[in-house]
Amino acid sequence: MTNTDWPLWEVFVRSRRGLSHTHAGSLHAPDAEFALRNARDLYTRRGEGVSIWVVPSSAITASSPDEKDPFFEPAADKPYRHPTFYEIPEGVKHL
Amino acid sequence: MATAAAQKTDHTAPYDGDGTAATAGYERAFDAAVAADERIEPRDWMPDAYRATLVRQIAQHAHSEIIGMQPEANWITRAPSLRRKAILMAKVQDEAGHGLYLYSAAETLGTGRDELLDKLHSGRQKYSSIFNYPTLTWADVGAIGWLVDGAAITNQVPLCRCSYGPYARAMVRICKEESFHQRQGYELLLALSRGTPEQHAMAQDAVDRWWWPSLMMFGPPDDESQHSAQSMAWKIKRHSNDELRQRFVDICVPQAESLGLTLPDPDLKWNEEQGHYDFGAIDWTEFWEVLKGNGPCNEQRITQRRRAHEEGAWVREAAAAYAAKHSETGATRA
Repeated sequence: MTNTDWPLWEVFVRSRRGLSHTHAGSLHAPDAEFALRNARDLYTRRGEGVSIWVVPSSAITASSPDEKDPFFEPAADKPYRHPTFYEIPEGVKHL
Repeated sequence: MATAAAQKTDHTAPYDGDGTAATAGYERAFDAAVAADERIEPRDWMPDAYRATLVRQIAQHAHSEIIGMQPEANWITRAPSLRRKAILMAKVQDEAGHGLYLYSAAETLGTGRDELLDKLHSGRQKYSSIFNYPTLTWADVGAIGWLVDGAAITNQVPLCRCSYGPYARAMVRICKEESFHQRQGYELLLALSRGTPEQHAMAQDAVDRWWWPSLMMFGPPDDESQHSAQSMAWKIKRHSNDELRQRFVDICVPQAESLGLTLPDPDLKWNEEQGHYDFGAIDWTEFWEVLKGNGPCNEQRITQRRRAHEEGAWVREAAAAYAAKHSETGATRA
């Protein structure tokens, strides 16, 4: 019996209040409670976090790198979604 | 691969190319990404040899962190003050953490944790030869921090820009933490060097023993390094072994002077023309002997590692049994 019987967890750490949780890395643990404790020891030894999420890696659905282009393409030809697309006369303020 | 089934549902599992027709296109995309200094991520297509090289290097690196806990942990119970003891415990704990970051990075390439540990325990994967030298005195803790961690930092800083994303990210985290390791070692040696004549002699003796093995940490000379050229082409490695070794020597000489200690090399002298320090010939016979398993502590390190793993088996089993029991009843699901 070895560690691989323990599932893999992804660890997200909120570094301080006001910021989102950010992916810090992964670890093995037998259950969620141990995953949290291991994450505390592994990723916040120097006060890097005020809150931790652990998520079973198997629960994450990811986009495929193979479909990258078609998947994200719809956004590429819509420059009108950006404020810089619009021409505003000089001198107009607060816009 | 032992863990293929477990990895199937894992979003970090590597992407399998689906036939040779598509492979050429994938390979072009891979080459273009490396050329553009972009990062390769776990599910991207990558050449088998790139994957194998990374697994070998990251595993060896992870094993080195874990085995590297032993020579220093040897002194925890005999640290001369509570301050030094707390520092040393924190450092050894960091080494465990570094090993775990790196095992996670290796696992993104589709090699399971159990497989990596098996290969360490059976000697099929290596760890850095430096950890096969003994820590004979308290001053060795200082020499390891200053020289061994110093050499490791010189090696590792460029790895923060390695082409493989998970490895580069692990290295960023590790490099931030290594700086404390090196400084505590330097401070420790400085205290001894400025202490009694006996303490000064102890510091000098430790530096005398650790200097040459530290220079060997950069690996064989460039013309004998079998993996270097390909690793540099893939941007896993950014500088040659000899280049990094020279950088380390140039950094250490003035640091030794500030310590009031000498480096055990009569040929060490400033070369005005080159803008570098010249240094003496390294005894590569010793390096290859230690690598082959004939160093002073090879047997002891791996025996202790296996024993620790076996003696921890009941803890892993108990935790797994507890988790299984509670997942049946749904009690731990908040």
